[in-house]
Amino acid sequence: MESVNAGQSRRHFQMATPVKVHGPPLSTAVSRVLACLIEKDVQLQLIPVNMSKGEHKSPDFLKIQPFGQVPAFQDESTSQFESRAICRYVCEKYAEKGNKGLYGSNPLAKASIDQWLEAEGQSFNPPSSVLVFQLAFAPRMKMKQDQSLINQNHDKLAKVLEVYEKRLGESRFLAGDEFSLADLSHLPNTHYLVNATDRGELFTSKKNVGRWWAEISSRDSWKKVVDMQKHSS
Amino acid sequence: MVVKVYGPIKAACPQRVLACLLEKEVEFQIVDVDLEAGDHKKPDFLLRQPFGQVPAIEDGDFKLFESRAIIRYYAAKYEKQGTNLLGNSLEERAMVDQWLEVEAHNFNDLVYTLVFQLLVLPRMGKQGDTALVLSCQQKLEKVLDIYEQRLSTTAYLAGDSFTLADLSHLPALRYLVDDVGMWHMVSQRKHVNAWWETISNRVAWKKLMKLANY
Repeated sequence: MESVNAGQSRRHFQMATPVKVHGPPLSTAVSRVLACLIEKDVQLQLIPVNMSKGEHKSPDFLKIQPFGQVPAFQDESTSQFESRAICRYVCEKYAEKGNKGLYGSNPLAKASIDQWLEAEGQSFNPPSSVLVFQLAFAPRMKMKQDQSLINQNHDKLAKVLEVYEKRLGESRFLAGDEFSLADLSHLPNTHYLVNATDRGELFTSKKNVGRWWAEISSRDSWKKVVDMQKHSS
Repeated sequence: MVVKVYGPIKAACPQRVLACLLEKEVEFQIVDVDLEAGDHKKPDFLLRQPFGQVPAIEDGDFKLFESRAIIRYYAAKYEKQGTNLLGNSLEERAMVDQWLEVEAHNFNDLVYTLVFQLLVLPRMGKQGDTALVLSCQQKLEKVLDIYEQRLSTTAYLAGDSFTLADLSHLPALRYLVDDVGMWHMVSQRKHVNAWWETISNRVAWKKLMKLANY
């Protein structure tokens, strides 16, 4: 632990080299990392990956992400993939920057954030990702939609959001009273569902979920990410 | 204080937590939840785990659900006792989290689907979907090829030591190797096989296997 503290005080005197994020900002997983970096006030450099040309499956890219998925992340001491792992690392590494409480300021707060980050990854992400792909991306890519898949996942997501409705009636944000990584992790998929499909109602028709969505989506960091998405090709 | 773990000892997600507590030498008490009777969907249990899934833990006043959140909490809380499961630096921790996420998003669902189609449905007197099984198998082969590559450069997924990343794979790997007849996926890959042999022979895992009457 001593070496980490010494490292942190050294870092205050260093010029910040921007961290590198590989991938298109339109990708939900990429935008998850962008939102986190902006919340933490960490300078970043976005490195394009042209997925329609298969760049994410090129030998060079597979060296930094062997599963051929975006994003990949690099800073001066590590090369990492998996958006939720990157977010956790960024929060620990840049603990003193930007939103200091994003990953909790004590073990109990962190546990609650991890709990809801896992709930996002395990229960929210699967059905919402299918709907985002089927309803927002497939039409743009001129791919046929699977109506039965859409219906199944709409129902699954509706059930998950019932749990969220109850939770957000007891707590301002998912993990507690403060905005955290757990809420942030929901921004990318929800943004598409509310703004690019006809399923926004799943969120906006619920009193607590609607209130929560309005609050988290109006954060400066998310507005900046949406801007990056709009300006990307 | 004894940690109460709610969930059947033979289910994969409770096993993830139990394996961690055994590695960290933390005392626990298993409170069984009868999944076949639907106990996990009853109001009492939903207060503990609102998605109606196992496991959930109770540690004095502290409650938590989601197995990968629970193992992160205990690995950090008992940092100085038992096996170090988190690496020795921020960068090593980054690798632990990375491969924990890989397990959660690229590995787990494939094995879960195979188990559901090949084991659970037949037990309920229903037919599994053979096309789905084949598709999962093919995807899993590709994933394990990547694991083979990784494990040819490091002894364990996150580096030179056993961590939460390896531990998290144990329950599903056991299902794959022992219950759905796909041990060849592991045994045909030199480094994946060596890794599986090493991690499944750990004292803590063998203790759990004994407790679970395998």
